[in-house]
Amino acid sequence: MRPVLLTLVVTVFYLLHQDFWFRDQARPLIFGLLPVGLFYHVGYTVAVSFLMWVLIRYAWPANLEVEDDQYLRERKKSN
Amino acid sequence: MIPAFLILAYLVVVLYIGIFASRRGRPGAEDYFLAGRSLGPTVFLLSLVGTNMTAFSILGASGFSFTNGIVTFGLMASSSALIIPLTLFFIGPRIWALGKRHGFMTPVQMFRDRWDCRHIGTVIAAVQAALLIPYIVIGVMGGGATLYAISGGFVPYWLGGATVALVVMSYVFFGGMRGTAWVNAFQTTLFLIFGAVAVGVIGVGMGGYWNAAEAMLDSVWLAPLMTREKVSALVFFSYTFIPLSTIAFPHITIFCLTARRVTQFKRTVILYPLCILIIWLPSVFLGVMANKATDIPAIKAKVEARQTLVSDGALVSSETRGQLVAESRGDDVIILMLEHYAPLWLAGLLGAAIMAAVMASDSQILALSTLFTEDIFAYYGGKERFGEKVQVRTGRIFVIVITALAYVIAIQMPASIFAIASQYAFSGYAALAPLMLAALFWKGSTKWGALASTLWTALAVLAVAVFQTTVAPPATGQVVVWSAFGLDLVSRMPGGTAVIGFLPVVPMTIVSTLLLVVVSSVTAKPKPSVLRRYFSV
Repeated sequence: MRPVLLTLVVTVFYLLHQDFWFRDQARPLIFGLLPVGLFYHVGYTVAVSFLMWVLIRYAWPANLEVEDDQYLRERKKSN
Repeated sequence: MIPAFLILAYLVVVLYIGIFASRRGRPGAEDYFLAGRSLGPTVFLLSLVGTNMTAFSILGASGFSFTNGIVTFGLMASSSALIIPLTLFFIGPRIWALGKRHGFMTPVQMFRDRWDCRHIGTVIAAVQAALLIPYIVIGVMGGGATLYAISGGFVPYWLGGATVALVVMSYVFFGGMRGTAWVNAFQTTLFLIFGAVAVGVIGVGMGGYWNAAEAMLDSVWLAPLMTREKVSALVFFSYTFIPLSTIAFPHITIFCLTARRVTQFKRTVILYPLCILIIWLPSVFLGVMANKATDIPAIKAKVEARQTLVSDGALVSSETRGQLVAESRGDDVIILMLEHYAPLWLAGLLGAAIMAAVMASDSQILALSTLFTEDIFAYYGGKERFGEKVQVRTGRIFVIVITALAYVIAIQMPASIFAIASQYAFSGYAALAPLMLAALFWKGSTKWGALASTLWTALAVLAVAVFQTTVAPPATGQVVVWSAFGLDLVSRMPGGTAVIGFLPVVPMTIVSTLLLVVVSSVTAKPKPSVLRRYFSV
């Protein structure tokens, strides 16, 4: 269930990048200087960072971490 | 003119960092080419970001924004902010683990092992190397153009390019991956500071951005720059394919192998979009706002040239059109604004940060050297015959050769920094990205599928290059070159080519994927023992 949900979330993020609804629109100017289309993509970029946190939290390949720990222990032993 | 001694001081610092790094190194190929797989989390993050920032992150992006408007951020920054961390998340840790487990130092070593092939790996290495060269050339071109602009024309283009090439070559030569990573980390820190300071200083100089933004919206010529309307929806969509190139670039794949711990990818993946935001937003914003900085004569001339191009472009001779295109280019608008609005000492410091942006070809030079020494020299017996010491020495010599070659090409081939990068190297590598995904996630992929995909990529890049050389671009709009069944199949645009309205990167990547799938489906799979090695990861 979780992989399906995460795939769906990533797909939604991909689609949200195509903000055709702001394509021909500059107003409102956010803070009086940023056209709304630019502000949208700034907010989008911040949201992507959160998406990455979610992916790390729920889909991180933890087996690689275990392997890395084992590798480090073995290297310490051999030293 | 920005004080040249500050730029020179910056170059000396960079050189020192790179050469100092070599003292921390140990003998051996793994240390020279991969920093002994020992980079810490901060250097790993900053250096990875810096490795992806080239001349066009600051100069090309602001130049493109100057002409095309705010759409630049969506085209290049927010699309990269999604796709690059995603590919790093899925591919980076797995490549890292395989590298550590099997001792891989290049992606081709993994492909050879994964698909149980020899010469097909060499073909992939050759295509990767050929596609990487334009990317290296960009660095040299950017260096020449920047030093020329910063010095107010005092340092000629050829000398600027030579200076940057020489400095980069020196610290890559001595410091290898460790030197390159440290320099990149230092440069990224400068980029991160540069944006905010430049926006503040130029904003004060322009009397605030509020009036400029309102005035742009009131102008028939400039209002479209505050929207996305100058770029079609299909081209906008196409740009989401270009960041796929990142993980397929050998310098990024190789860089993934340098992390000390796999957990370093976690923080990198989360912070990467924010770093892109901090670096790109000022470049794009300042590039757009430069259109209202017409109290600077050089910028006023650019705006006027662009207006003439739009109104009379179809009526003038191709020679005059070419001249107008050159005059209207905005790659140096940030430099011009800094010179005009910032105090001299600050302009010098910010100019050094701009130099940092254009000196990003170091990782690519090192990657090409690693490809050559590992995938060709060592693979065909050079390491066994001459030993590891000679292998590292060969890598160093190759660094000199490739830098000299890039310099010669850069001097011979004046063209917009952005156009070359995105159309040749980026599209080609995006079309190679399916190889990486197939190798790691699809048991059914085969060496013949990989070969088909690679050859298609090489041919497609060549075809686009030939097409764009033979068919002259229109001044504005697009010219349909080939249509059938009521569809505009191939069109020529001022900045490139469109295939059914999309950039070539879209059909290139889709066909590359299809070839990989179809050819793999009908050819023999690698041995089960090989598959077990990969799919237990």
